[in-house]
Amino acid sequence: MRDGSHVVAHQFTREQVQAVAKGLDDAGVPYIEVSHGDGLGGSTIQYGRSLVGEMELIEAAVASCKQAKVAVLLIPGIGTVHELKEAQNRGAGLVRVATHVTEADVSAQHIHIARELGMEVCGFLMMAHSAPVEKLVEQAKLMQSYGAEAVYVTDSAGALLPDQVRERIRALRQSLDIEIGFHAHNNLSVAIANTLVALEEGATRIDGSLRCLGAGAGNAQTEVLIAVLDRMGMDIGIDLYKLMDVAEEIVGPIMPHSQEIRKGSLVMGYAGVYSSFLLHAERAGKRFGVDPRDILLEVGRRKAVGGQEDMIIDVAAELAKLQKAGG
Amino acid sequence: MRKIKAAILGSGNIGTDLMYKLERSREIEIAAVIGIDPDSDGLQRAKERGYAVFANGIQAIVDQPDMAEIVFDATSAKAHVRHAKALKELGKVAIDLTPAARGPFVCPVVNLQEQLEKETANVNMITCGGQATIPIVYAINRVADVSYAEIVATIASKSAGPGTRANIDEFTVTTRQGLEQVGGADQGKALIILNPAEPPILMRDTVYCEVKQMDQAAIRQSIAEMVEQVRQYVPGYRLKQEPLFEENRVTVFLEVEGAGDYFPPYAGNLDIMTAAAVRVGEEVARHLLDGRGVSLGTE
Repeated sequence: MRDGSHVVAHQFTREQVQAVAKGLDDAGVPYIEVSHGDGLGGSTIQYGRSLVGEMELIEAAVASCKQAKVAVLLIPGIGTVHELKEAQNRGAGLVRVATHVTEADVSAQHIHIARELGMEVCGFLMMAHSAPVEKLVEQAKLMQSYGAEAVYVTDSAGALLPDQVRERIRALRQSLDIEIGFHAHNNLSVAIANTLVALEEGATRIDGSLRCLGAGAGNAQTEVLIAVLDRMGMDIGIDLYKLMDVAEEIVGPIMPHSQEIRKGSLVMGYAGVYSSFLLHAERAGKRFGVDPRDILLEVGRRKAVGGQEDMIIDVAAELAKLQKAGG
Repeated sequence: MRKIKAAILGSGNIGTDLMYKLERSREIEIAAVIGIDPDSDGLQRAKERGYAVFANGIQAIVDQPDMAEIVFDATSAKAHVRHAKALKELGKVAIDLTPAARGPFVCPVVNLQEQLEKETANVNMITCGGQATIPIVYAINRVADVSYAEIVATIASKSAGPGTRANIDEFTVTTRQGLEQVGGADQGKALIILNPAEPPILMRDTVYCEVKQMDQAAIRQSIAEMVEQVRQYVPGYRLKQEPLFEENRVTVFLEVEGAGDYFPPYAGNLDIMTAAAVRVGEEVARHLLDGRGVSLGTE
C-alpha cells in the first residue's frame, strides 16, 4: 500500500487500509508496507499531502493483522529517525531504508537506529538501472556493513530488462552475505518476468502490489505472481483464491483507474524516469498546457533522481514558455 | 584601517573555502588556520599562503588566546559543543558553521543586526539549505504571513561531505527550525536530495509557502529585493524563473552558483554557507572596531 499510495495521490482512508491489510494477512502475505508513497514524513507539498496521517494508517494496519508484519519505507532526507521511532511505537516491525543507488552512505544512521529499536531492517537501492553493476555492489556492501539484513535492487523506473536484473542479482549474490530483494515496476510489462529472474538468481524477498496498485504502471501484480509461482511448483504459503478476492473486491473499488500501461508509464520505463513522477507530470502538463511525455523525457535528460518532483513543475513551466516563444 | 583578527578552526572543505573568502575581507585578517591533521590539504594550502598554521585543534587557541578575537568553527557539530565552552571561557566570538545549533541561528540578510544587538557571542549558521531558502521565506512572510514553508534543497552528490551524509537528519531538523525561527513560518519542513549526475548539478532550491494574505505584487517585489540583498555576498544566487502562484501557495525556484574559491562553482551549497559566515564575521568585526563590542551574552 505504500507504493499504491502514489496512485491514489496519498488519499487512502483508514477503512481502506484496514480492509486491505486484513485481506492480505488472511491470505498469508508475510509483509505489508504502509506509509506515504515517499516514505515516512513524505506528506508534503512536494509529494502530495496524505488524507490520513501515516501513523494512524500504520496503527490501523497493525491492528488488522494476525500474522503479517507491517513494514514502512524511510528515505533519508525526507523522513528522520524521529518518524521511524514513532512508526515503531505504532507497531511497525520492518523498515526499508531507501537511498538513490549511489548514495547508500546516508542510510547508516537510520539502519543503526532501526537495529537498536529491534526492527527488521532492509536497504533499498532505488533507480538501480542508473548505475553500473559494480557501483550497485559497492553500495549494497555499505548497507550490509551498517547492519541491513537484506538489500533490495529497486527498479524505480521500471526500466530494467530481464538480463540486466540477472546480472545485478547475480553480482550481489556473489558479494553479499545477507538476503537480496527485488522490487519491480511494470512500466515495460516485464515486472513478473524480472521478478522470476531475480528469484532464479537467488533473491529471497520480492515485492508486489495487488492489481498493480503502485506508482507508474505499478509493481509485479501480486496475485498473478503467486499464481505463476504456484504453477512453477513453488509453494510460498499464500492462498491464491483469497488473494484474488482481495484484489478484486477490496483493491478494485479503491482504484481511480485501471493500471494498464499507458503512454506516461511507458515513457518512464523507456526513458528511465522515477515512477512516482507520473501523476505529477500529468498534473503539471494540464496546468501548463504541455505534453506530460515531454516533461518526463526532459526530466530524465536532466538526470533527476527520486524525490525531485519540484523539477517537474520547473521543467513544465519552462517548456510552456518555450512553446509560447515558438508560437 | 585596523582589521580584526580571526582564526579558522577546521581545515576541511568549509574551513579552506572560508580562508579564500576571508583573504578578500577589508575588516578581517586571518590570524591562523587550525586543523588536526598536519598533512591535510587545507593546512598545506594555508602554509603556502603564509598563514600561521596549527595542527593541535582548539588547544592552539587555548595556548595563545590573544591570537584572534573571532573564531570561525568549521569542524563538526560534536566538536563544536566542546569548542563552544572553551571559546566562551576565553571570551571569543564564535561563528559556528556546524549544525551544532548551540548559539542562536543567524541568516545575515534577516536577523544579523538583531542578534548582534543582543550581544550574543556564539552564533550558528544553520545549514546551507537554510541560508539559501530562509531569506525567501522571510521575504514572503513579511508581506503575506507564511503559515507553512517547505523547502527542497537538491545538491550535487560530490558537494556533500562525509559530515553531511552521516548527519542528514540534523540537516532536515535544523533547517526546519530555521524556517520557523528565522524565516517566520508558523510551521516548516525541509527535504534534502543528493543528485549524483555528471557533470555535477548546481545547487537548486525550491521554496513552497502557504500564506494567509495573498498579495502577488507585494510578494514578487519583496522576493526581488531579497534576492538582490543575498547577491551582494553570493553573486551566483538567482531565481530560476518568476515565482508561481496558485491559490494561497507561492512556489519559488532558486539556483545557487558558487564563487569557485576552493570548491567548483556547482557547490553553491557550500559557498553560500561560507559567504554568509564571512558576512557575519565582517559585521561582528565592524562592531568591535566601532568599540560597540560584542559582549558575552546568554547561551
